[in-house]
Amino acid sequence: MGEYTYSELGSILAMQGFAGISLFSVLLLMALGLAIIFGQMGVINMAHGEFMAVGAYTTYFMSSLTESYLPTLMPYYFLIAILLSFLVAGLLGYLAEFALIRHLYKRPLDTLLATWGLSLIMQQSFRSIFGAREVSPTLPDWLMGSYQPTETIDIPLNGMFVLALTAVVTLGVFYLLFKSSWGLRVRATTQNRIMSGAVGINTKKIDRYTFALGCGIAGIAGAAFTTIASTGPTTGSLYIVDTFMVVVFGGAASLFGTIASAFSIAQAQSILEFFISGSMAKVYTLLALVIILMFKPEGLFASKVRR
Amino acid sequence: MSFVYEKLMGGKSGLTGFIILATLILVIFPTFLDLFRLNLVGKYLTYAFAAVSLVLLWGYGGTLSLGQGIFFGLGGYGMAMFLKLEASSPENTAIQSTPGIPDFMDWNQITSLPWFWEPFNSFTFTILAILILPAAFAYLVGAAMFKRRVGGVYFAIITQVIAVILTVLIVGQQGFTGGINGITDLRTLHGWDITSNNAKYIFYFVNCFLLLGVIVLSRFILTSKFGRLLLAMRDKEDRVRFSGYDVSNFKIFIFCIAALISAIGGAMFTLQVGFMSPSFVGIVPSIEMVIFCAIGGRMSLIGAVYGTLLINFGKTTFSESFPELWLFLMGGLFISVVMFFPNGLAGIWDDYGHYLTDRLKQLKDKFTTVVLNREPKQLAEDAG
Repeated sequence: MGEYTYSELGSILAMQGFAGISLFSVLLLMALGLAIIFGQMGVINMAHGEFMAVGAYTTYFMSSLTESYLPTLMPYYFLIAILLSFLVAGLLGYLAEFALIRHLYKRPLDTLLATWGLSLIMQQSFRSIFGAREVSPTLPDWLMGSYQPTETIDIPLNGMFVLALTAVVTLGVFYLLFKSSWGLRVRATTQNRIMSGAVGINTKKIDRYTFALGCGIAGIAGAAFTTIASTGPTTGSLYIVDTFMVVVFGGAASLFGTIASAFSIAQAQSILEFFISGSMAKVYTLLALVIILMFKPEGLFASKVRR
Repeated sequence: MSFVYEKLMGGKSGLTGFIILATLILVIFPTFLDLFRLNLVGKYLTYAFAAVSLVLLWGYGGTLSLGQGIFFGLGGYGMAMFLKLEASSPENTAIQSTPGIPDFMDWNQITSLPWFWEPFNSFTFTILAILILPAAFAYLVGAAMFKRRVGGVYFAIITQVIAVILTVLIVGQQGFTGGINGITDLRTLHGWDITSNNAKYIFYFVNCFLLLGVIVLSRFILTSKFGRLLLAMRDKEDRVRFSGYDVSNFKIFIFCIAALISAIGGAMFTLQVGFMSPSFVGIVPSIEMVIFCAIGGRMSLIGAVYGTLLINFGKTTFSESFPELWLFLMGGLFISVVMFFPNGLAGIWDDYGHYLTDRLKQLKDKFTTVVLNREPKQLAEDAG
């Protein structure tokens, strides 16, 4: 690192740090959905990345639709696309839970295989519908450009937007899980399914909506993802392992843990990436995680739920 | 004798299944398939090692590893490194700027053989490395996880992450590993041309015998007291622990055995196919191995072999003619096998196979009664 001056290093840290924040936002949005599904229900959803891709493709579809039929609405379509991504992915998640997952709650390892099968089918569907090439939506003008606080620091606007979106979604999830009566029922079901059923909570319905919510948030992650990179049929599968690491490292049932671990993983990776090659940065980050998890299997914030 | 019969073959039904499988791969395939197809079957049968290892680990042990590709890859790369060093003798590589090192190292401006490649000049070391390194690695991972009572889903995810790390490492460190293309252009083993027809036949049969040997060994493990404990652990781990057994050691042991079996498969893969690449190490191949095992029947050693053959035949046929349909079909298979046939083909055979065998038995009875009924009459007429 000798060849950089201190002010240069500071700028590098700020810019890589901000690149890390974009990665953090997408990882956190993905992981929030997964943490709800895995942490609250114990289901391993290997198709989670594909639900993210559903969101990304929905955004792309909306962008092409607006561009060809209602070009005047271009500045606003993105907000609607986010909402629609949530609804489409959530609806698909609802259907998947109804058709597939609910039969497998007693066999967690089998949900892993079944959802992997689902992910293969979804990937091929993307390929058949949208083609094998990577696509990206036309972003509205207000997401382009960057903010320059000093000469050497250059922060892209889309990253800031994604960060804001992530903050809103995270607060929303917190509100839903910890302040609403629905969240109370979800947490009750997690802690003791049989007792919750006995006091009149419809646990099956809770499961279905929890799964749908998790998938819907993955859809939002997909919409956010389109502002950062282009989407292909296998995009989702590239992020699924990282996302699982975020959830496991954070401690499965802890939302604070998920945020902290998404932040540290994304920052570690993007700052390392500047100094060594991208692939080695990933190797070191994942290796460090595996080693930490071997010594501390319950993750950063252990869940207090008895299982 | 009865010990051998019961313990190694699994009694009458086990022996019948074993003989049918042995006849199929040792007699029927070599007789009816041309060399190209036979070589292909040989390649599939190397995956069957991994599938059989998953029967032990997952079917009986209840621990799903999504990283059998790691061990398959370690075995395969071990063999490939030896063969590559033999192929890169200073005479063969005289046009390189540094003769005597593998070509991909030369392309990546590496001027001397890295230290961890050195020992692979020796064939003895290579064989030992293939047998010991993957198992030792499995011991490390297994000890770290099982001693802390990490299992189930977490174990599956961690093994998957390790598979990702290894793939990224291999692809990223092109100069040392051959990168995404892997280690290619492997020609000779101790001066013997491994691409010749002769060698292909020999490797095919060696592979078959090793596979059958692995099945017998696994059967021995499963019918021993250890096998019973394994099942007990899968169904009620705490009960076994409270009975005074050290559960983690049993799990570590079976994980090491599974790693060893997969590594043998990997080494045979390199010998038969003539190269090794990271696309046989990562998440996708590892999960495919699980599905071979699941389709065949996670509780059946022989079923796993059939599952592997069937899926790979399907994959080759379908991806040649309808590449689009294959992923749909594969995904559908994953879902349906998990939801409707948790014990795979072997389970279907156990549930419905008796209709077939009963029918055969009926035919046989009918035949014998007809023949027997006729015989006395015939004899009487002849006498009369």
